[in-house]
Amino acid sequence: MKILVAVKRVIDYNVKIRVKADHSDVDLTNVKMAMNPFCEIAVEEAVRLKEKGTATEVVAVTVGPKAAQEQLRTALALGADRAIHIETDERAESLAVAKLLAKVVEEEQPGLVILGKQAIDTDNNQTGQMLAALTNLPQGTFASEVEISGDGSDKKLNVTREIDGGLQTVALTLPAIVTTDLRLNEPRYAKLPDIMKAKKKPLDVKTPADYGVEVASKVTLLKVESPAERKGGIKVASVDELIDKLKNEAKVL
Amino acid sequence: MSILVLADLHEGQLASATAHVVAAAQAIGGEIDILVAGEGVQAAADAAAKLDGVNKVRVADNAVYAHQLAEPMGALLVELADGYTHVLASASTTGKNVLPRLAALKDVSQLSDVLGVESADTFLRPIYAGNAIATVKSDDTLKVITVRTTGFDAVGTSGSATIEAVDFVADNSQSRFVKEELAQSDRPELGGAKVVISGGRGMGNGENFKLLDGIADKLGAAIGASRAAVDAGFVPNDMQVGQTGKIVAPDLYIAVGISGAIQHLAGMKDSKVIVAINKDDEAPIFQVADYGLVGDLFEILPELESKL
Repeated sequence: MKILVAVKRVIDYNVKIRVKADHSDVDLTNVKMAMNPFCEIAVEEAVRLKEKGTATEVVAVTVGPKAAQEQLRTALALGADRAIHIETDERAESLAVAKLLAKVVEEEQPGLVILGKQAIDTDNNQTGQMLAALTNLPQGTFASEVEISGDGSDKKLNVTREIDGGLQTVALTLPAIVTTDLRLNEPRYAKLPDIMKAKKKPLDVKTPADYGVEVASKVTLLKVESPAERKGGIKVASVDELIDKLKNEAKVL
Repeated sequence: MSILVLADLHEGQLASATAHVVAAAQAIGGEIDILVAGEGVQAAADAAAKLDGVNKVRVADNAVYAHQLAEPMGALLVELADGYTHVLASASTTGKNVLPRLAALKDVSQLSDVLGVESADTFLRPIYAGNAIATVKSDDTLKVITVRTTGFDAVGTSGSATIEAVDFVADNSQSRFVKEELAQSDRPELGGAKVVISGGRGMGNGENFKLLDGIADKLGAAIGASRAAVDAGFVPNDMQVGQTGKIVAPDLYIAVGISGAIQHLAGMKDSKVIVAINKDDEAPIFQVADYGLVGDLFEILPELESKL
């Protein structure tokens, strides 16, 4: 079975972001970029399924600017076999990404597609669900455990999902779309020899036009602002003082 | 303007989140219908009909909608969406699971986690773990939106909307419910609690979370946790407050043994009053806390409990 993994280049999760002075967007110049943490988990899960013999090939795909090839190389170093870069400098919203991925799914016919549940920049949490809708495949979102059971036409994917209030397990027919939650696995680090080997692995570059997909969206970003700053508070010296402040000053007790 | 709100259910009953989503719908303006979908949901439909500002409750009561699996729910929403200008759901795991399917099937974008309404087509939403707020305008004919419930006050319950059945039955051969393991708790729901007390890695282990119980009981508080505490296996993941967990905005938030990583702050920094209890006086949590107490939580917590 072939597995397709979608990855995204985002600002590193440790970076404290700055809003541009003209409020047009967040300032990304000279900021450390990395693979979205949820996507790392998706790559790790695909590689583990290959190591278990469930998957035969892992294909990594991204939509983004030229620099996003770094993240594809990372995915290749982590164990993906080949990569597809759909290059665009436009701000690709979830729907456009899902449409492009749907074309790749049509072409590659994977048995399973794994994505992160959300990107930590736009915080949308949409692409996997949209891809499932566009390809008419079932979805196992916010997965903390995936297990493939049965064989032949009886093959099923059991996905344990993190839901409000606890866990839910669903059984899906294959092919299926899975999005990863943080607790699905602990991603490995790429070793230097693997990073070197990754440079020789195949990486196809395509454009949205190759797939006949329009990236422009009907949603316009009008303004980006910093949230209201919280005023730094005070330190209290004792439990008594804390209770007194909460009762008489903050009036929340 | 006509708006369809997907009701949130919790163990078959109407969840409190729905009243907040209706408030967001009122901010947009227009006629508001609620869709209650599930199996055996008459009580939830009756409760939805009492929410202020609701015109009509549409009830899809069928086994295929039990557990609100994404595939049949998406098909149901696509069937009902025509005639509405907006479809709203809370940004719960159900809303997040189902609404993007509707959006894609209707070839429109979706706006996630909306926390403010500027007009019928312009909305505020947090990006980068809440470290920036984006104002976005949608020119799509159908606006599909998930609502951050802490951004809107719940509407009252003196309404009397009409209830009508939805006949459409989706067929679903792709997904099947296997089981659910829900954490049992007598405490208030984390998302709606007036007071939340959360523990972090500093709690040391899961057993020590019991130190929060007595305080939570006295304050009528829900108990939360940081991602570090969840990842360390101290407590189940549904207690997690943060960018990847639940977003809360209680009157009082007490962070115990939590350093205050960006991802945690994203889930609680809109709380009215924040208290931090931490032995490290340099911990970032003190930069957002209204009241900070530096010290050993194992001494402070029992003292706090006895003095409340």
